Amino acid sequence: MTDKVSITLTVNGRDHAVAVEPRRTLADALRDDCGLTGTHLGCEHGVCGACTVLVDGKPVRACLMFAVQAAGRPVRTVEGLADGETLHPLQRAFWENHGLQCGFCTPGFLMLAAGALEADPDIADEDLVDILSSNLCRCTGYQNILKSVRQAAAEMRACGSSAAR
Amino acid sequence: MTKGDLNAGGEISSGKISSGTGWIGRSIPRLEDPSLVTGRGHYVADAARGAAAVRFVRSPVARGTILGIEVPEGATVFTAADLQGVKPIRPVLNRPDYKAAGQPVLPADRVSFSGQAVAVVVADDAAAAEDAAEAVFVDIEPEDPVIDVDLALAEGASQVHPEAPGNVFVEGRMATPGLAAAFDTAAEIVSLELRSRRQSAMPMEPRGGVATFDPATGRVTLTASVQMPHMLRTGIADTLGIPEADLRVIAPDVGGGFGQKMSLFPEYVVLVWLARRLRRAVAWIEDRRENFLASAHGRDQAYTVRAAFTAAGRLTAVEADMRCNVGAFSCYPVTCGVEPLMAFAELPGPYDFAEYGARSRGVTTNTCTMAPYRGVSRPMLTFTMERIMDVAAKRLGLDPVEIRRRNLIGTFPHRSPTGLVYDEGSYREALEVAAEVIDVPAFRARQRAALAEGRHIGLGFSVFSERTGYGTPAFAARAMEIVPGYETVEMAMDPSGFLEVRIGASPHGQGLKTSLAQIISDEVGLSPDRIRVISGDTDATPYGWGTFASRSLVISGGACKLAAAKIADRLKAIAGEMLEAAAADIVLGAGEARVEGTDRRIALASVARAAYHQSHRHGGQAGLRETATYDPAGTFSNACHAAIVEVDVETGGVRIERFVVAEDAGILINPMIVDGQIHGGVAQGIANALYEELIYDEDGNLVTASLADYLPPTSAEIPNIEIRHLVTLSDATITRAKGVGEGGSIGAPAAVINAVVDALAPFGVELFEMPASPQRIRDAIRKAGSQGHVPRQAHD
Repeated sequence: MTDKVSITLTVNGRDHAVAVEPRRTLADALRDDCGLTGTHLGCEHGVCGACTVLVDGKPVRACLMFAVQAAGRPVRTVEGLADGETLHPLQRAFWENHGLQCGFCTPGFLMLAAGALEADPDIADEDLVDILSSNLCRCTGYQNILKSVRQAAAEMRACGSSAAR
Repeated sequence: MTKGDLNAGGEISSGKISSGTGWIGRSIPRLEDPSLVTGRGHYVADAARGAAAVRFVRSPVARGTILGIEVPEGATVFTAADLQGVKPIRPVLNRPDYKAAGQPVLPADRVSFSGQAVAVVVADDAAAAEDAAEAVFVDIEPEDPVIDVDLALAEGASQVHPEAPGNVFVEGRMATPGLAAAFDTAAEIVSLELRSRRQSAMPMEPRGGVATFDPATGRVTLTASVQMPHMLRTGIADTLGIPEADLRVIAPDVGGGFGQKMSLFPEYVVLVWLARRLRRAVAWIEDRRENFLASAHGRDQAYTVRAAFTAAGRLTAVEADMRCNVGAFSCYPVTCGVEPLMAFAELPGPYDFAEYGARSRGVTTNTCTMAPYRGVSRPMLTFTMERIMDVAAKRLGLDPVEIRRRNLIGTFPHRSPTGLVYDEGSYREALEVAAEVIDVPAFRARQRAALAEGRHIGLGFSVFSERTGYGTPAFAARAMEIVPGYETVEMAMDPSGFLEVRIGASPHGQGLKTSLAQIISDEVGLSPDRIRVISGDTDATPYGWGTFASRSLVISGGACKLAAAKIADRLKAIAGEMLEAAAADIVLGAGEARVEGTDRRIALASVARAAYHQSHRHGGQAGLRETATYDPAGTFSNACHAAIVEVDVETGGVRIERFVVAEDAGILINPMIVDGQIHGGVAQGIANALYEELIYDEDGNLVTASLADYLPPTSAEIPNIEIRHLVTLSDATITRAKGVGEGGSIGAPAAVINAVVDALAPFGVELFEMPASPQRIRDAIRKAGSQGHVPRQAHD
């Protein structure tokens, strides 16, 4: 065991001063030190993607990043996706299209998709399917996840273009 | 029997049975979802903050004698020596052929599989607990383990448990009187050896539990990711020898289970014991490696079958020897009989034949314990019958659709050779619908054209029955000492007109609360958002059996309908008095009670308030609280799956091009949720057919204990699934809904493998083993080639 390091994690725009062992993963720090339990751990070896969060706007496996590596970089989790009580288009689309069953993988898929759509709002469908194959779901067979993300992507594009006008 | 159909919008257009306001049959978004999409769900790990961390020390060997356990200084470690008086887990089947060994919560002298917990460490946080667990040295004298099911049955195999000679835990045998004659007179006999390799249900959320101790009462509350909270409480209390009243079990949001989270595992007994011993909160959150090593496995089966056909392609007899590897112990409460006895009873499936002989054994080995996994044996049963059909069709010169057409059951009730009674279904119709959607003639033309280009595409069918929603009679027939099956619902409308529903069933992600609310809505005339379904808390719900065996919607839904009808009767009686009309003239709907044919109406909230606050005016019965229990005999859903695949003959890789499901689960309460069950089940079935395999080496080490080695499919492998619903209205259930939780996983493997075999027909390849991995497919192509089969070349 090693001494703890004091860092500041900036999560969903809010600073969390935490003291963590250097070996502590970002996922554990988010869940246990920041109390943000929406980020789930499904495998802790970087395959399932349930712990996907955005760091510097890009999807990362929070189980494969140390908390100290995320210090000073903006982190976004599922708790920061909605605007107050107004659901993000992805959250609403997952709800409307039955894009989740047990819900355990859902935060990871939401953040993965949010990162992909923010990076490229006009992403080609085959690239979207490819990116979504990064994460595992055991309940839905993926069909309604793809449907949900496609619907949200279309909506976000329409919103984005009307905002640009 | 009447039939209805679903139109494109998913609304039931005919065959409607409810006189209510029509919530049944609508794809309403789930009531469960707002918290889950915002990260506000409550899974077990979310309750672990502040609790001491528990880590289990697990056996590194599959079989051996424990010589000693060395504990690092200063660490808090407990072993079997500390757990004196804790009884082993010993589920019982009252059959003379059942010989299961009790499973020690922590073993004192012997280990029986690699990964078995042998000691437990408690520390302030999870990392410290892992550090301490790594420093515990377990000295075990290893012995040669028994791993493979057929080697375990071989003459002279060493015995896994002294209680089970020949390593057989349970055995069923039967033969109908005309069996031998049917084979003697057969025009064609198909003899096959089939193999299903071991798999994991692999819920996204592994197991876990948090046990808290209340010093004021001495009670322990165990929050755990489980499917059967009441059963878990009974099992833990019995094992520890404490009153059930001293224990509360809560199943919070559960991140999938698929059967794996049904069983009483030693870890949960230890957690409750620790909370009582240490008088503090303790948490065990399993990691993925532990989940693979030590939760539960399934599907490790080997069958030897013979099937007799007439020259006209009529199946007359099936004889099967079925060996199921049930692992080291017998799972509680359903026992190790769950796979072999299911196989024994249900092999005939959707086919109409009279003569049946079976021997089915549950075989113990030094491997992780088998427990139910979605479909339980039926993926392998369906694989068996559907491979038989395709092989027979080829030999008899029949089309795969035609041979099934000639053999599927078509009159109801149908009695199977094992005595199961099937209610009305649409076995033949589902086959025809699937064949029509696929457009078989067009496919065959496309297949010929593809072959001319050197591409190998194939079409496979799979027809099956899915026994669902069965109550106590079915489980009693298995001679289970613990006979599950019924469901009880307690329903109370509060004075504000809101309905609280307490159920003994316990969902693990399938949207049950929404579906139940829809059933109740139609009875009481209240919208689903005014109905709160409470589940998964032994302090707050009636004793029930949780979720398994495609039962929750049928059985708990039936109990909801009965209880809601009682509430509705009381609402009508009180509303009648308030509106000065006969109760029989009151209709409930849109949150109101109305005198039929008039504009006289009153809000249900006012009726509810009167029930509590003006009870003296309304017959003196206070409040609005009703209970109902439902215990049906069971019902059979049915479906036909059809898959089109393309096989890369160079790599052995398979791509699924189309997947069609023609499915009949009776009345659909929420078609969107039903479709979701089918999608997920089919994805697991595809994984069963092509990808997932737990592999032990000969020393009993699990070599696939990570997601880098065990391969659940991603969105890149699972195709769009096209679903067509048939609606047979059966009287077997009071909602006329049938279960649908397992069908996808039951039917898909056979459809996929039949399609692969069809694609490889030019090579003369047959496949009888799942998963048909690229290695196995390439191996089969090579073997076929060495036997003189060469692919037809269109341009020779």
